[in-house]
Amino acid sequence: MAERSFKAEVEHLRKGDGDTFTGEGILALTKALLENGVGYVGGYQGAPISHLMDVLADAEDLMSELGIRFEANANEAAAAAMLAASVHYPIRGAVTFKGSVGVNVASDALANLASSGVTGGALVIVGEDYGEGSSIMQERSHAFAMKSQFWLLDPRPNLPAIVKAVGDGFELSEATNTPVMLMVRIRSCHVTGSFPTRTNRRPALTVRDALSNPRSDFARVVLPPMSYLHEQDKVKHRWPAAERFIRDRGLNERFGPDKAPIGIVVQGGMYNGVIRALQRLGLADLYGETQVPLYVLNVTYPLVSSEFLEFCEGKDQVMVVEEGQPEFIEQQLTTFLYRAGSTVKLRGKDILPMAGEYTGQVMLDSIAAFLRQAAPDMLPATVRAPNDDKPKAPDLTKVVPIRPPGFCTGCPERPIFAALKLVQKDLGKHQITGDIGCHLFGSLPPFEVGGATMGYGLGPAANAAFDGGGERRPISIIGDGGFWHNGLSSSITNMVFNKSDGLVVVVDNYYSAATGGQDVMSSRATNASKDTQHPISQAVKGVGVKWVRQIDRTYDVPKLRDTLHEALTTKEPGPKIIVASSECMLNRQRREKPLRAQAIKAGRRVEAPRFGVDEAVCTGDHACMRLSGCPSLGLKHTGDPLRDDPVAHIDQTCVGCGNCGEVADAAVLCPSFYRADVVHNPGKFEIWWAGVTARFTGWLARRRAAKRLEFAA
Amino acid sequence: MTKHEVLEPRPGDVRLQSVIKLAIYAVGGQGGGVLTGWIEDLARSQGWAAQATSVAGVSQRTGATIYYIEMAPGGGQPVFSLMPAAGDVDVMIAAEWMEAGRAIIRGFVTPDRTTLIASTHRNLAVSEKMVPGDGIADGQAVREAAVQMAKRLISADFESVAVRSGSVISATLFGALAASGTLPFPRSAYEDAIRSGGKGAEASLRAFAAGYESAEKGEAPAVKPAPVPQARGVKGPARLMAEWNRLAARAETLPGEAGAMALAGLKKVVDFQDLAYGADYLDRVERIRDRDRAPFDLTREAAKYIANAMTYDDVIRVADLKTRSSRLDRIRGEMGAKDGQLMQLTEFMHPRAEEVVGLFPAGWGAKVAGNPDRMERLDRWINRGRRIRTDSATGFTLLWILGGLKPWRRRTLRHAEEVAHMEAWLARAMGQVDRDYALAVEILRCRRLVKGYSDTHARGLSKFDRVMEAIALVQGREDAADWARRLREAALKDEEGKALDGAIQTIHSFL
Repeated sequence: MAERSFKAEVEHLRKGDGDTFTGEGILALTKALLENGVGYVGGYQGAPISHLMDVLADAEDLMSELGIRFEANANEAAAAAMLAASVHYPIRGAVTFKGSVGVNVASDALANLASSGVTGGALVIVGEDYGEGSSIMQERSHAFAMKSQFWLLDPRPNLPAIVKAVGDGFELSEATNTPVMLMVRIRSCHVTGSFPTRTNRRPALTVRDALSNPRSDFARVVLPPMSYLHEQDKVKHRWPAAERFIRDRGLNERFGPDKAPIGIVVQGGMYNGVIRALQRLGLADLYGETQVPLYVLNVTYPLVSSEFLEFCEGKDQVMVVEEGQPEFIEQQLTTFLYRAGSTVKLRGKDILPMAGEYTGQVMLDSIAAFLRQAAPDMLPATVRAPNDDKPKAPDLTKVVPIRPPGFCTGCPERPIFAALKLVQKDLGKHQITGDIGCHLFGSLPPFEVGGATMGYGLGPAANAAFDGGGERRPISIIGDGGFWHNGLSSSITNMVFNKSDGLVVVVDNYYSAATGGQDVMSSRATNASKDTQHPISQAVKGVGVKWVRQIDRTYDVPKLRDTLHEALTTKEPGPKIIVASSECMLNRQRREKPLRAQAIKAGRRVEAPRFGVDEAVCTGDHACMRLSGCPSLGLKHTGDPLRDDPVAHIDQTCVGCGNCGEVADAAVLCPSFYRADVVHNPGKFEIWWAGVTARFTGWLARRRAAKRLEFAA
Repeated sequence: MTKHEVLEPRPGDVRLQSVIKLAIYAVGGQGGGVLTGWIEDLARSQGWAAQATSVAGVSQRTGATIYYIEMAPGGGQPVFSLMPAAGDVDVMIAAEWMEAGRAIIRGFVTPDRTTLIASTHRNLAVSEKMVPGDGIADGQAVREAAVQMAKRLISADFESVAVRSGSVISATLFGALAASGTLPFPRSAYEDAIRSGGKGAEASLRAFAAGYESAEKGEAPAVKPAPVPQARGVKGPARLMAEWNRLAARAETLPGEAGAMALAGLKKVVDFQDLAYGADYLDRVERIRDRDRAPFDLTREAAKYIANAMTYDDVIRVADLKTRSSRLDRIRGEMGAKDGQLMQLTEFMHPRAEEVVGLFPAGWGAKVAGNPDRMERLDRWINRGRRIRTDSATGFTLLWILGGLKPWRRRTLRHAEEVAHMEAWLARAMGQVDRDYALAVEILRCRRLVKGYSDTHARGLSKFDRVMEAIALVQGREDAADWARRLREAALKDEEGKALDGAIQTIHSFL
């Protein structure tokens, strides 16, 4: 059901010794797990590791051949908790989710896991969503590693390095009895490249075998006094062991000359950016051979003091390239230098910006600035005295409109927000919270419905302060993904228990659509390895909600508007829940389009709907746009000298969802919309009857035309 | 610690100059990922090292999205960047015109090296579409910047080319890339990359070839629309044609640009009602001409907006337009319906009591409209969404009959209201002609605010009224016309009239 199928690519995961794999970072990660004898995998989807979950799901057959258990966990907390299997059993396990929000959700389990310690290698693969294109608040997962004492890998962003990090991570985890977090940034997940493959390995002990020989050890339970011992174990044994392992195995790397007055310390993930800046400054070659010494931290936590101090020996100034804030690494390295009584000057966020993505320009400017101050002789003449007569581009910032993501063509959520906007026109503005998922686009123009989002599954909970009721009921919106992630317990039961007076609109689009169409409990599709088709409306009734309405066609705007109206005005006490359900159009089209084309080809009768606008009837007031925003509904200038403003226009990408017509009806807009259903392969009677009708209506039309002037358009 | 040592410092690496850096700016859903895959496969097939990255996530859902590819000749594993840097891009492909502008803003297009391949079509952002007036961004500004900033600009409507070839824009842009010659690979290697992609290769190859050709030809110079339609293209019974020719000649004798505008207006008005109505129209315009002087701006604007005011949108007009014989063929063409395929047509109508009462005789209608109880009762029967199938005999006949009520129109309440509104507006403008000519012209132009149906129409009227009130405040000032223009533009900026409120407040602040 996922948006993108990896079935073809998954075949490459079978490659063995001596082969080469070419493809995307996430596939390389999966291959590395298989090569390293992983015993179980799990996770929760979200950019940038959604596709990793899709790859894993598509590779389920391959994994079961190897005796590997795959779980599509209910949320990140469940995924992290699954790593408990590695606490008592020498089984390697890996889970994946997005950072930093996924880590937030998982932090309870991660903290317990880190305290207990692990026997088998436990790997948490975190897709760090930071910088351009990010859909979440800008924070670092790094802090979680520090507070719970698990190790953090940040490999150089190329396939061989990422693959190596997986093996290193498992071994580090086992050598130190500590879970390891492997961080991959958004671009590393999608970066392409090649690496030499090894044959996949069956886990030495499968989870099935382990179940036949259960183990327990109360020393691993997080209860006093063992929890105090865990803390001591972390600092006295696990940490030093980690430092030893990192040093002995050379997990961090040094590039460039041994002797130089300066050096750069860089997170592994930032390595390519630093090299590019050095290349542009004439200080590194195509293959990354550099004249500036680099100390590359493929392990960003813990930092190894002795290794760092060795790198600093004989240097005057060292710069730290660390993306994001606060500057944890820089602070730690400063402490190392201070404690060692070193005179090396540490530079970093005094030159580089404290916050934001380290783009090519930022890297170039900052490294050039550092070199200009610390080692001006190394810079070519052009950089030392920049010749600043670059042509300035005309300012287009006021011309080019912003283009945030929005609802796709035909999205079933659009009519929900159109209805909400109409209801608010009638009843006034309401307090509205949103959740995480596509529906959050409803907070953007043209709908501007809803304000805060507090986290996944927490939309209705975020209205709790208002749940006592008042003149106008609080409204919250939550998707089916958020509902099953955490919403049923944290939001819905919370409302029932506290006798909330609020309204919840559950946007059910048949699966976790925003993350790419992964199945959830209420998915309509049958899934060979998952149990689906558990209706949300039954779940909420099960926890005690009395007022529940199920709407199975969200495109029915008048019905939605009336149901919303009723929910907001009914005298019935307790939470009001509307489950508004229609399938995600993006995925539906992907599935149905080829089938429709096939049916037409096979000569079966198919109706293909599309909307259109009568140009002459449209007055160009754009009221329809303010209740739609559909990509296929655009504007065009008519060329008519009598008209000032462009008129509505629907292009060939229209999927005929019906929103335009429904909105025109519900909001009493202009009568310019029409739906045209082209009937492919019509039946014989149908053709005859259409002919009779056309002759009659044609006669009427011609009769009138003959008595008046006709103007060519 | 693993050591990779290099001892001797050396001058800059000349091999770096052979690296080609290519970025793609697309709108989510345009197939940027497919294009990236082709380019990558192409480079590898020619023995080059290549690396691609993208930022997918939710940006694929109609948001702006970027892909980035680097390639270098020879083997090994060069260290490539994962993102484009300002001033360091060789080929920039923009899959939409404003995205080309975005790339220029980001500094990815520089005159020393960047070939910019951009599709000129527009994929309007929501912020452009929402504006009640004309919010479409200025494409010419982007063109000027592109010409100035790109080393070479290759632009054409690659979207239309793709649609005509039955494919998507990724394929035509790939063709344009091949035609640009910026990559040192033969055309056949591009085509092989498409073939090895499998799915839909035939359509993609067709679109590739079309894209290649359009890029080589360059953009056809924009065809300027004929200034104003001529008296040609009119047909009908001889008796009517004779009268039409008389009226058309009258319109054309109007001075300056007003003549052409009045001819367009005359067509619209006659089409709306009849020739007598057209004569009324010309009478009105001529009365204004009589008080006008060169360059006759007032007459031109009057010709335009009186025509619009006289062709208000009532039930009769909508029904008439939807039952014209040419309409079905036009829609069939737009929908791409072929012979042997049928087409069903559903109209979305939502009449209210107001529309029905508007058809009543003026006196009686005003009485009903003035009685809220009766209006409410009427509304209960009328006010509901109605879907009318104009491909069926009953649906078509119903609208055909309504469209035939034209002879009755001049006696209706709606007509009386519209005429009263128009006369008041014209009187207001003409009241200023001798005192402040420019203001009179601006007042005429305010007619643009009245549009839409039901609530939108009501909102337009209220904005019109508020602008008129505000104009009354500044009347007599030297900058009155300028303020009138600003008020009108503000009123067209947003639905609620926030910008208009702001403008009116400003006026109050200096009065």
